[in-house]
Amino acid sequence: MRAETIRAWLDERMAINSLAEAARHKEIPLHRQTVWYYFGGVTLFLFTVQVVTGILLLLYYRPSAENAFESVQFIMTEVKFGWLIRSVHSWSANLMIATLFIHMFSVYFLRAYRPPREMTWLSGVLLLFIAIGFGFSGYLLPWNKLAFFATKVGTEIAGVVPLVGRPVLRFLRGGDDVTGGTLTRFFGFHVAVLPAMATALITIHVLLVQLHGMSVPARYDEKSVKRMKFFPNFFLRDLIGWILAIGVLAALAALFPWELGEKADPFAPAPAGIKPEWYFIFMFQTLKFIPAKILIFDGEVIGILAFGLCGLLLFLVPFLDKSPVHPKRRLIFNLCGVLALLYIAVMTIVGYLT
Amino acid sequence: MRNNFSLSDAKKNAKSCVVATGILVTRFGTPGRRRFLDYLLGTTVLATLGAILYPIFRFISPPQIVEAAKNSVIAGKVGELAVNAGKIFKFGSKPGILVRTPTGDLKAFSAVCTHLECIVQYRSDTKQIWCACHNGQYNLNGQNIGGPPPRPLEEYAVNIRGDEIVVTKS
Amino acid sequence: MNQQENESYKRQPSLISKAGLLLPRAVKRCCSLALISMAGLEGRLSAPVSQMNDSIHHQRGLSCNDCHGGDPTLEDERASMDPRKGYIARPQPAQVPAFCGKCHSDAYLMKKFNPALRVDQEQEYFTSMHGRLLQSGDQRVATCISCHGSHNIRSVSDALSSVYATNVAETCAKCHANADYMRGYQIPTDQYANYKTSVHARALYERQDVSAPTCNDCHGNHGATPPGVASVANVCGQCHARQSELFQSSPHKAVFDERQIGECIGCHSNHGIKQPGDQMLGVGSGAVCINCHKQGDTGYAVAAAMRSKIDDLSASIDRSNGILNRAERAGMEVSRPKFDMREAIDELTHARVLIHTSSTAEVEKVTGPGLDIAKKGYQAGVAALVERSYRRKGLAVSLFFILFLAALIYLKVREIESREAGGGLSSNEAA
Repeated sequence: MRAETIRAWLDERMAINSLAEAARHKEIPLHRQTVWYYFGGVTLFLFTVQVVTGILLLLYYRPSAENAFESVQFIMTEVKFGWLIRSVHSWSANLMIATLFIHMFSVYFLRAYRPPREMTWLSGVLLLFIAIGFGFSGYLLPWNKLAFFATKVGTEIAGVVPLVGRPVLRFLRGGDDVTGGTLTRFFGFHVAVLPAMATALITIHVLLVQLHGMSVPARYDEKSVKRMKFFPNFFLRDLIGWILAIGVLAALAALFPWELGEKADPFAPAPAGIKPEWYFIFMFQTLKFIPAKILIFDGEVIGILAFGLCGLLLFLVPFLDKSPVHPKRRLIFNLCGVLALLYIAVMTIVGYLT
Repeated sequence: MRNNFSLSDAKKNAKSCVVATGILVTRFGTPGRRRFLDYLLGTTVLATLGAILYPIFRFISPPQIVEAAKNSVIAGKVGELAVNAGKIFKFGSKPGILVRTPTGDLKAFSAVCTHLECIVQYRSDTKQIWCACHNGQYNLNGQNIGGPPPRPLEEYAVNIRGDEIVVTKS
Repeated sequence: MNQQENESYKRQPSLISKAGLLLPRAVKRCCSLALISMAGLEGRLSAPVSQMNDSIHHQRGLSCNDCHGGDPTLEDERASMDPRKGYIARPQPAQVPAFCGKCHSDAYLMKKFNPALRVDQEQEYFTSMHGRLLQSGDQRVATCISCHGSHNIRSVSDALSSVYATNVAETCAKCHANADYMRGYQIPTDQYANYKTSVHARALYERQDVSAPTCNDCHGNHGATPPGVASVANVCGQCHARQSELFQSSPHKAVFDERQIGECIGCHSNHGIKQPGDQMLGVGSGAVCINCHKQGDTGYAVAAAMRSKIDDLSASIDRSNGILNRAERAGMEVSRPKFDMREAIDELTHARVLIHTSSTAEVEKVTGPGLDIAKKGYQAGVAALVERSYRRKGLAVSLFFILFLAALIYLKVREIESREAGGGLSSNEAA
């Protein structure tokens, strides 16, 4: 009786009954590709883990060249379960990038970006770039040797771009060199700018998914395909995935705690074997392979511009691949996707072997 | 200090979640088997939440040492060091040497000899910093003035805060 | 005549003929001109003249006649190089010390060029084995020019000089490593070869540490001579001050001197000094103590005892470092206890110095605290490994609940769906 009253009171003000009604009607199409629907949810879940562990780390982290390394060391040794929180944050970040890539490629191959879902794809690609920004800025925060030099190399690459490169490099570094100023800046990006952008885009992305419903691959008939109730059937399945993700994170953190390394010393010579995070390796390796000069142009500039073009093409995918389905065009798109996957895989492996 | 993630702990930490999870799993009543499953589910949810919340709870409770090490360190207490004496202190991962000069000033340097990285000491007889390994000598400004050392010792800034001597790397 | 030459000359106006030795300005310029013009010639004098260009003497404005004498103002070559005018074409070895000493033994004159430069080289030289043999009529021994060169003399701080720290050993070896040349002197010729294998040579050549000793740092330079058995500790003590001090106050000092054992070199050898190691101490193979001490005497027991103290500490440090490294490889953060271990290593180094007292009690004074520190390091390593297994247990417990929960939710889904199957709302996907 009392619960009913509260419910009625809330419904009057927040329309919760109609929201619940909408949730009850939400359905998930069932077909052989349904499994890919889980990856968006897992990515969102891992992002939540990042938010929670990130906020916890903020209780002890100090964003300055003098204190950053020591404060992370403090978290790892003195704070109870600090090793767990930090390791989960690092591992979860990497798993999130991985699930995000899987999510994106599944959407690409299933052509789930077809009208009217172009904006969902666009917001998704933006989120990919933001996630990469998170990874790049977060990598520097412990202020250890490897991170310091990886950031130096990474920002240098940005500086090679013609015209805008130099100002971008100075903007990223907060000066001509990677210094304590860069650290403060990256900290600001990592905990304020990027989270704000990510939150806005995720809201848009998820609302758009609710608005359009799940996309059904073209080869199935949208009307006659079997469907499953989202709540509780699909939601509970989602939950299993999330719980397993927690298990994986706990195991990784306990068995392979994230290393701290040595404190960065801006005057020390660069250590051998600087490698960026794994998701940058394929680009890093490509730039290594490109000859110094291509005709009269600088090889590195060409490489960076090519990657920029790839990023732009990724944005435009829904507009390039116009419906109705044309078999030839479809073949080209699938081929492009497979080639891109192969290229990334091969270059990453080569990067790790050399 | 160290607790295992036990059921009782979990219950203590997460009682408030009973209602929420209860709604989730006990919406459908009747047969005994289903009720048992729901009961088990409720308890396990609590235990898992406990396993997740317990580390977080411990994480946010203040640690024994409340502050991370900084680029400054308390090298000793004022008055602890007599005039014309020195002592070794820990500075991050390296030793430092704090010297009270014959005129009563406090000075601090890296205590790692620039020759072969032995630890230097203060000699009150010669009023110099001395390395016993190869008879290296530094004056009270850290300059290498005798023996093999190729470079001066790195000097740190010394400040007094209350009755504590605080040494800071510039 | 180049500009620089002129200027360096102008900077030194006061050097003119203090002792009637140096010539008036105009004459000097004339001679400098001659110097330059002769450098271009294919003549007999082109080699010394071109060598002279790199020398410190030339840089300081000296010319041929400042050493060789004569009168360069005269047009006639024969008249200007008249021995009656003090001209010496080529000094005999026995004349060389005095030839150089004309200036270098003159404190008033040298002050004008380099106030810090010593002026007792000539005097010192005659205390050296070289000088004494020269006086006794031996013309083959080294004189000033054998080491410094003649026309191409460079400052000792010039890395190209034959007497620069890294070049000294080669310079001495020109004669001392030449068995043919040294025949008749009854001294060995393997010093250079031995020295090249020594820890000192490694420091000098590999680490480019010019403070590391070469020949002259132990033997003296102008007064080069073996230091003598009872003075070795003083020589080594220039750098190894503490070891020398401890040795000289130990019972060994008197005995070594009495038995003509060359102090430090009795155990460490001389030219081919190797990096010392613990194996040199004690009564085992490789130990130098048993060269004199035999089983049953006190020294034998002390040697064994000191060795066992050092071995204990060393083993204890290895054990602690081992477990800390293991913990580190397992991902545990142990940088703090690892830092503390530095102190134990310091105590070990100290103990290795204190063996020169030949007193077990002295050694024990530092190995004791060292062992305590090492023990703490070990405990920290154990604690880190315990912490690791605690983490794993915690993980096992949490994973149990997590997996169990996942399984239960799966069962719940099936239960819900089997119930709904009657209503025909959903599929059998879960099966």
